[in-house]
Amino acid sequence: MDHLETARAMFGTTMAFHIIFATLGVGIPLMVLFSELLYQKTKDRDFAVMANRWTKGFAVLLGVAIPSGTIAGVQLSLLWPGFMEVIGEVMALPFQIEIYAFFVEALFMSIYVYAADRISPWMRIVSLCLVALGAVASAILITNVHAFEGTPAGFRIENGEIVDVDPWAAFFNPSFFTTAGHVVVSAYTTGGFVIASIAAFKMLRQPIGSRLRRFHQKALLLGLTVGGIFSLLTAFNGHESAQLLHEYQPEKLAAAEGLFETQDYAPLAIGGFTDRETEEVKWAIEIPWALSFLSGNRFDTVVQGLNDFPEEWWPPLYVHTLFNAMVGIGSLLILIAAGGLGWYKFIKKRPFPKPLMGLFIASGPLAVLAIEFGWIFACTGRQPWVIYRMMTTEDAVTGSTQLGILFPLFGLVYTVLGIAVILVLRFYFKKHPVQNEIDMQE
Amino acid sequence: MPDVLIAITVLWGFIFIYSVMATMDFGAGFWSMVYINKERTNATNIANRYLSPTWEVTNVFIVAIVVALFSFFPGATFTLGTVLLIPGSIILLLLAVRSGFLVFSHIAEEYRKPLTYISGITGFIIPGLLILVLPVTHGNYIEVRNGVEQLLFGELMTSFHAWTFIGFAISSTLFLSSLLLADFSNHADEKEAYRIYRRDALLLGPVTLLMALLVMLTMRYEAVWLYQGMMEHLPFLLASAFAFLLAGVFLYLPLGKRKLGWPRLAVIVIVLQYLLASYAYGRAHLPYLVYPTITIEDGFTNPDAFRALFVSYIFGFAILFPGFIYFWKLFMKDKRYAKQQKSGYSE
Repeated sequence: MDHLETARAMFGTTMAFHIIFATLGVGIPLMVLFSELLYQKTKDRDFAVMANRWTKGFAVLLGVAIPSGTIAGVQLSLLWPGFMEVIGEVMALPFQIEIYAFFVEALFMSIYVYAADRISPWMRIVSLCLVALGAVASAILITNVHAFEGTPAGFRIENGEIVDVDPWAAFFNPSFFTTAGHVVVSAYTTGGFVIASIAAFKMLRQPIGSRLRRFHQKALLLGLTVGGIFSLLTAFNGHESAQLLHEYQPEKLAAAEGLFETQDYAPLAIGGFTDRETEEVKWAIEIPWALSFLSGNRFDTVVQGLNDFPEEWWPPLYVHTLFNAMVGIGSLLILIAAGGLGWYKFIKKRPFPKPLMGLFIASGPLAVLAIEFGWIFACTGRQPWVIYRMMTTEDAVTGSTQLGILFPLFGLVYTVLGIAVILVLRFYFKKHPVQNEIDMQE
Repeated sequence: MPDVLIAITVLWGFIFIYSVMATMDFGAGFWSMVYINKERTNATNIANRYLSPTWEVTNVFIVAIVVALFSFFPGATFTLGTVLLIPGSIILLLLAVRSGFLVFSHIAEEYRKPLTYISGITGFIIPGLLILVLPVTHGNYIEVRNGVEQLLFGELMTSFHAWTFIGFAISSTLFLSSLLLADFSNHADEKEAYRIYRRDALLLGPVTLLMALLVMLTMRYEAVWLYQGMMEHLPFLLASAFAFLLAGVFLYLPLGKRKLGWPRLAVIVIVLQYLLASYAYGRAHLPYLVYPTITIEDGFTNPDAFRALFVSYIFGFAILFPGFIYFWKLFMKDKRYAKQQKSGYSE
């Protein structure tokens, strides 16, 4: 690996690790909030038990989300000083406002966890809302920086100098709302399905008709409902995101779809692998005209192909596979939620069939995978640029050359933290089985 | 006041707040390790009760400092980011391990001991590393190779000047935290714990002062420009030393209800002492962010961005202020919290 690749791999590893916890940090508080509200509405104590247990899990996840987020934030300046110089000048506002969101989240998380027994139930819900709000605001603001990298606005570079800076124009860059929206709804989707996954797994270990199985089924249904609604929203939003690519980053869309020749009535290639030599997507299912329609809502929309751009501007061609994996999982999640809720609604008497339970269990890990694929697609698909058509990643990278030693160290720490978080969660929930809490409530 | 001075004041203010909060945070981790086997005294519990809710909030300040630095002084980002890669990364790694295990130790009580050792040991290594940023900005350990600034990490680690800073950071950490925990345990009516922490503070105070003197002594040879600058602000340094003595008096003399001193007053005077000293240091450091290449004017952002940032700071902290007050009331003032037998997390 050369220097640039090491730096990218290092930052990529940080983000790939952090994004799991950041996504759950946005998704889980919403689930806790829904169960607290359901408890207030139905007076079914099971929901209070759920809220309590999920908060414990969330607090553990936060123990990794906060330090890994701190690493990501500081590593930006350490690994990409050239990039952060521009960001400091043009796009500092989102980072700055994110600090307040981060403060709100940290303050009220501590209050919710460590002072729960001394504050009123009303104040607990307020604290929880503020935690959820802080988490989602952080996600939106940081995603805004990512949006800016794809659709920069609010400055020009003249003879290497940054001029005409308009910080608010940069803040409200063209893809801000769509991209931030995508991150938020997909995080809520993931939160829902991860809960559904765990609940389904626990259900299988309880005899049909038992008290505990009913408890876990309530969690499963809540997870599927939230996950289902937000996966649908993610799909609608994803369509808008693709249209933004068509307008602002056509070569990224071309690489995502494996399209080489510019054409109208362009086909949509699903699956397969892009082949550089033959300039086609091998083993793909082609839907005629569909790409044109998706890009511009008309079949005669002209979609630009990769051959329109100099080859050194092409993103790596494997992004087609990443893109498909993300969309594929997203669609599958919608089907899983629809199947599960449909079965429950219409064939209520019968328990869920085993294969469906298997799909439920798979849904959480799949959602997390889709998040990973989506981020890798979004960031490698922008290469060779760190700020689209303004600054290459190569120009942004640090001049320090000792990355080779640091990379394995970071890898090691993420592995240790990753294993520790799983062990701690298992340990805690083994020691505090749900039965105890239900007994305590009854 | 010109914009650029406002900006550097905000930045230095953040650094000050973080150093005070973080020394207490790191030190509390250390003390909770030291007294882990003294179950009778509650000293460990007191440290944990202080530590649990505060570390997340303290941690936010690190990010706030980094953001303030690159948003106000984008021109300094390149140099600082480059030369701080190695020490910065090591700090990040230790912080990540520490924060993670701090949370885990509250959930998995059976494993509390080993986890406490991790947070205790990192509790004095991290401040020692963090403070290295200061000698790095003095400029002696930066060299330009192939047009890129590189940190001479080996020379930094073998310089006596840098080690006096490390010594100062570690002793300050232990001193400030023992003082704060003394006040915290006094507030919670934990007599035994108060006695222990008061003794530690009285022992470590003079050590810290000695370290500060050593820093000045080596600075005279290794960073003459800074030494001369600080001597121009000698009144502040003298006032700082006076505040230190005053705190000793408040802590040592048989005053107050229990004839064991006024720890609250001592804490306030000591924070004032550090404020005075860091003002002198900060003033003397100006106009350089990194000596001798980057001044605050070179690195400063454009006026439009500065205005937007400044407005956002005022707005943001106005909104956050009630949150901080509420937090303070719940965890620092509420005796019910300070007095709990166990830490509140696992019920």
